[in-house]
This record gives sequence, structure tokens and C-alpha cells, in this order.
Amino acid sequence: MSDTLKITDLHVAVEGKPILRGVNLTINRGETHALMGPNGSGKSTLGNAIMGHPGYEVTEGSIEINGEDILEWDASERARAGIFMAFQRPMSVPGVKMADFLRHAATNVRNPERKEGEDLISMREFRKELKEKMSQLRMDEEFARRYVNDGFSGGEMKRAEILQMAMLRPKFAILDETDSGLDVDAVKLASQSIAAISQETDGGAEMGILIITHHDKLLDHNAPDFTHVMLGGKIVETGGVELARELYTEGYDRIRAAYPEAAAAEAELAEEATTV
Amino acid sequence: MATDLTAPANDEAALGEINKYDFVTPTTGVFKARKGLDAEVVSQISDLKDEPDWMREFRLESLEIFESKPMPNWGGAINLDFQDVYYYLKPTEEQGKTWDDVPQEIKDTFDKLGIPEAERKFLAGVKAQFESEVVYGSLQEDLAEKGVIFTDTDTAVREHPELLREYFGTIIPPHDNKFAALNSAVWSGGSFIYVPKGVKIDFPLQAYFRINAESMGQFERTLIIVDEGAEVHYVEGCTAPMYSTESLHSAVVEIVVKKNGRCRYTTIQNWANNIYNLVTKRAMAYENALMEWIDGNLGSQLTMKYPAVYMMEPGARGEILSIAFASKGQHQDAGAKLVHCAPNTSGRIISKSISKNGGRSSYRGLCKVEDGAIGSKSNVVCDALILDPESRSDTYPYIEVEEQDVQIEHEASVSRIGEEQLFYLMSRGLTEAEASSMIVSGFIEPLIKELPMEYAVEMNRLIELQMEGSVG
Repeated sequence: MSDTLKITDLHVAVEGKPILRGVNLTINRGETHALMGPNGSGKSTLGNAIMGHPGYEVTEGSIEINGEDILEWDASERARAGIFMAFQRPMSVPGVKMADFLRHAATNVRNPERKEGEDLISMREFRKELKEKMSQLRMDEEFARRYVNDGFSGGEMKRAEILQMAMLRPKFAILDETDSGLDVDAVKLASQSIAAISQETDGGAEMGILIITHHDKLLDHNAPDFTHVMLGGKIVETGGVELARELYTEGYDRIRAAYPEAAAAEAELAEEATTV
Repeated sequence: MATDLTAPANDEAALGEINKYDFVTPTTGVFKARKGLDAEVVSQISDLKDEPDWMREFRLESLEIFESKPMPNWGGAINLDFQDVYYYLKPTEEQGKTWDDVPQEIKDTFDKLGIPEAERKFLAGVKAQFESEVVYGSLQEDLAEKGVIFTDTDTAVREHPELLREYFGTIIPPHDNKFAALNSAVWSGGSFIYVPKGVKIDFPLQAYFRINAESMGQFERTLIIVDEGAEVHYVEGCTAPMYSTESLHSAVVEIVVKKNGRCRYTTIQNWANNIYNLVTKRAMAYENALMEWIDGNLGSQLTMKYPAVYMMEPGARGEILSIAFASKGQHQDAGAKLVHCAPNTSGRIISKSISKNGGRSSYRGLCKVEDGAIGSKSNVVCDALILDPESRSDTYPYIEVEEQDVQIEHEASVSRIGEEQLFYLMSRGLTEAEASSMIVSGFIEPLIKELPMEYAVEMNRLIELQMEGSVG
């Protein structure tokens, strides 16, 4: 089955300030997209808007899954429809064990029609699956009993995000700087895991992945089919894996020169950010 | 004269079959004190119980103290006409209430908690007595062999007068506060426990198994004596909502823990929204003894309760874990007191409060170090969680230190359920209600894990019920 996540002319404002100014992007399952761009260009804003963060107001445009507009859906409904985001800075939830949280989440995502209070997936099967996934990610079993992101190191948080993705088996995954704060070995493990999860998702149908990154390491094992460059709240250029390499080594000077309008928007946003 | 306790026919229909634990004990005499409070009513209570003179005098003196004391000018607002309350109801008089009188929300909660039929009747005040004699009987036999006494306080006055009189009213004297005086004048029921030297009871003693209208009444009086080197964990109350047509609950709990003894007292109370719950709880811990209070408060209109540990001799320890959940129309003024009266004593308070739907919770705590209590340590942590902008939380920490060489720490935090936290959980497929509920459960986890298993499960269900419909 080929599912499609389609973003059309998306404008997003945060606290009344326009950040995204008309983003177009189509992701099919099985495709890997890299989203690159300088700080403050709107990459994370796009991720949050797709996931349905209430603080990110869509002022124009649409987000559709297989032609159905999902803008009115809250984050929970989007998760159940198969969207996942690995957070750049995951929140901690003291007192709630990873295993309990994940069992609840997996139950809801796998049975989108489940009503509150109905039974969770069987403890036995869940434990078995969790154990398996944790061992693939080289996570200690004790991890399942720790409180969600509470006192986790940067690396542990990122691995926990990948673990959640593995358990929730999304159709579309947004990885928001999942490689930041990781050392070389950890990035390698993370990218291998992401590639492996992508293959096994939902009975063989692969994930559509949007990788937001500054670096090229994560892309070693997840060679993008498409690389998009975001500048000033717009995707200004799309290419293949070679574009990702170029940006990583050469930076954004060529892009800024080629798209003066977007570069001006970027400068404006940066100025607003510093005056706030 | 045996009294017919059969409830009206329509109740039976509503409640289904009589449960096998549904024992009814015939009682002699029928008495219902008239409304209001005076020496005549107090004497009548004493007459009915056929009490010794010292107890009658204790009651009457307490009444005078009650009348002489002003209302507390702190805590919450108490709008109560003391002359409009029944102070003593013989259980046999409760039959006037019917199942139909019980509010629907209480019935719904029983359903959701899965409370057995027979207990529902008791908890709702429809049925006068609920006793599981099988459980209590075998429990008693086992304990009796070790010399443990576990009975209701009225029985203790008759059967263990010397032991009871040595401690009764010494830890919380009637002049301690207005409501302690009130309880001293009109008390009825409560538990009396004595654990002899060196006896360690390795399972929690539960009032739950022997609840009846007297022991769980409005003015119960509990006294626990833990002798040297002995250990006990007492669990009081139950998590189902206690419904009463009377609006005042005022209990006194006195505990003595002697040298090297340990006592843990766990309470979870969930009162109906019309109740003033004004309770005095205090323990005295002697050399190297440990006293722990675990105190959970849900429901009520106003709760004022501050379990205290007085550390009387060197090495004594006091630990208090307190949790309050205030919802619409509720004010939880709860906290704890640690009083260091001897050198090298140590105390710890952990207080957690949750406010939602306009509820108000206050932490009110005292840490006192008396002159000479060198080397004492106190640590207080109080965290408040506020679920919406209408709700409120306050912290009133009182610290009185009369000694130099001591260590007192106080940390307080107030947090609101944040949009980011909710979004994170919802992005994993949890609904908004499930996400809030999970954040709240996590917040009170430190208390829940201290509870016996069945109470922990029930407490979690209660929190879920409280959270239902709180968002949207």
C-alpha cells in the first residue's frame, strides 16, 4: 500500500509570528527525505506543525494523508494515523515508567479505534517485543523501568525516541535532529537502527522518513532519496543525496546567494528572534 | 432486645442478594442523641456506653474546653453550626437512610471501583454494620497468641482499662485544639492496638476488615501503643467515597512508639463533598524509634489535617508522606509536623498536592527544633501540581529552631501541567485525558509505591476517576 503525506503551501505562525511561508512537500512511504537548512529556517516548525503541536498555528495551506486533510486532528489522532516525531528535546514525565507509557501508547496507535479505559495489549507479548527492540538498540533492560526521560543523558533520550519509533511502527516518521548530541558510534548505531526499523515497519511496507539534520552522518545509513533545503520558511531547492553532501561540506552561502528573497526572510526572522 | 436492622424492601431490590459476609449483630438499646451539643448529650453518650466515671469526667471536661476555645483563625473557612449536628447515632438508627438517598455520583463511583454489594451499603451509610467475622476472627486469634490487642476503642475501655487509661488523651490532650476537645467529648469507636515488646507484625493490620458504623464514625478515636522493639503497620479507612448526611468528621489518632519500635500508619480517605474533615493525628517516638505517617486526602469540602511526629528521645525518626487532591469546591489544607525534642533526631516530610477544576490545596507544615536537640536533621519537600488556571496552591512552611547545631532543609516546587508535556504524550497516541492522567499518576508515584498493593491499585483508579472529564 502506498500511503502519502502531502503538505501544500503550508504557512505556520508561532505566537502570531509567521515562520513557514508556503512549504510544499510530498512524502511517500518507502522514501527518505532529508531536510536541511541553517538554524531558525523553520525545519523544526515544520515537524511540529505536521505532528499537530497546538502552539503552531497553520494560517494557510493543508496537510493531507492519502488526500484526507488532517489539520483539525490533534496530536493523538495524528499519531494513531501513523505519524511519529522523534523530538529534538523530549519532555520528561517523572513517576511514569517507560514500559507503562509505551504499552499505553502502542495500544492506542495499533488500535486507533480504542476507547479510553479499554484493555491494553497483552503484557506478555508487549514485554517480549520491548525486550527484543531494546536489545537491538543495545539498551539495558533496566531502561524499561526508568521514568520517561527523567534524568536521561542526551544520548539515552535519543535512543529512547528511536525505541518508541520501533514500538509504534509509524507510517511516517519525522526525526528532528536525532543525531545531535550523539558521539560518532552512537550516531552510527542510531542510523543503522532507523534503517532497520524502516524496513520492518508494518509488515514490510517501509516508512516515509523526514530527517531533519545539520550533519551528514545520519544520512550514511539512510541515504536520502530527496534532499530539501529550507531557508526563510520555504523549501528553496530539492535534490538528491549529493545536495546533502554539498551543504554539509560547503555550507549555505551558495543557497543564500541563489535565493535572495528567502535569505532576506531569514535575516528578518533572525532579527525578530534577537529582539524578542 | 434485638433490633431489626432489615432495610426496606426497595433497598434490597436495588442492592441484590445479601452477601455471605453480611452479618448483622443484634444490639441492645436504641439511642439517638438529639441534635446539638451540651453536657446532657455528652453524659447520655457516656451512659449509653456504660463507661467508667473517669471517662465521663474526661468527656465533660473536654466539652468545657471545647466551648472555651475559639475557632482556628487559619486553615480554611468553617461555616458550621455545632448545634445542628448529631453527635451520637447508635448504628441501629441508621436504617432510616435508604439506597435512594445516596447521590448518583457516589453510586457510580462504587460501580467503577467494583466495591462489593455488602460494602456499598455500609459505605453509603445505608447499612448499619458490615463485619467480616471470618477474616477478623482468624486475624484476632493469630494476633492474640502473641499478646497483640486489636479491637475498637469502646471495647478497649471496658476490657483493657488500665492500659488504655495510661495513654488515652496524653499524646493529644483535649486542650490541644478545639477539635481535639470536641472529639474528646463525643468520641465513639476507632481502633485500639497494643503490640507487645519485640512482636513484629509482618502484614498490615487493616481496619477495613472490621469496619462498622461505630469504628468508622464521625468522631472516632484511635490509640496505638507500640512497645519496645515491636513493629506494626496499620491501614485505616478505605478509598471508596465515604458518604454521610452529617457534615462533620473530627477524629483523633494517638500513637506511642517506644524504644526501637516502628509504626507505620496509612490512611487513604475520600470524603463526600459536603464533609468538614478536621482531624488531629500525633505520634510520640522514643529512643531510636521510627514513626511513619502516610496520609492521602481526597474529597471533602475542607480537610485540615497535619499528622505530627514528636521525637522525644535521641535517635528517634519521623517520616511523613502526605498527598492531597483538591477538585471543584474543595479545600485541602494538609501538611505535617516534625518536632525535635531530643538530640540526633531526624525527620522527613514529603508532601504532594494536586489542584484541579478550581480546587485549592495548601501545604501547612511545621518543623520545630527544641533547645538541646543538637545534631537534629529535618528535610521537607513539597511539590504542588496545578492542572488548570482556575485552581490554586499555597505553601505555609513554619520553621522554629531554638538550637544552633541542626540541619533544616526545605524545598518547594509548584508546577502546572505544561502544554509541551501533554503534546509529547499525545504525539504517542495518548488522548489528552489519558496524558493528563498519566502525568498526575507519575506525580504521586512516590506515595503510591508506599501503599499496600490493593490500596495502590484502588488509589490509581480513584485518580483516574477524578481525572475523567477534567479536560476537553
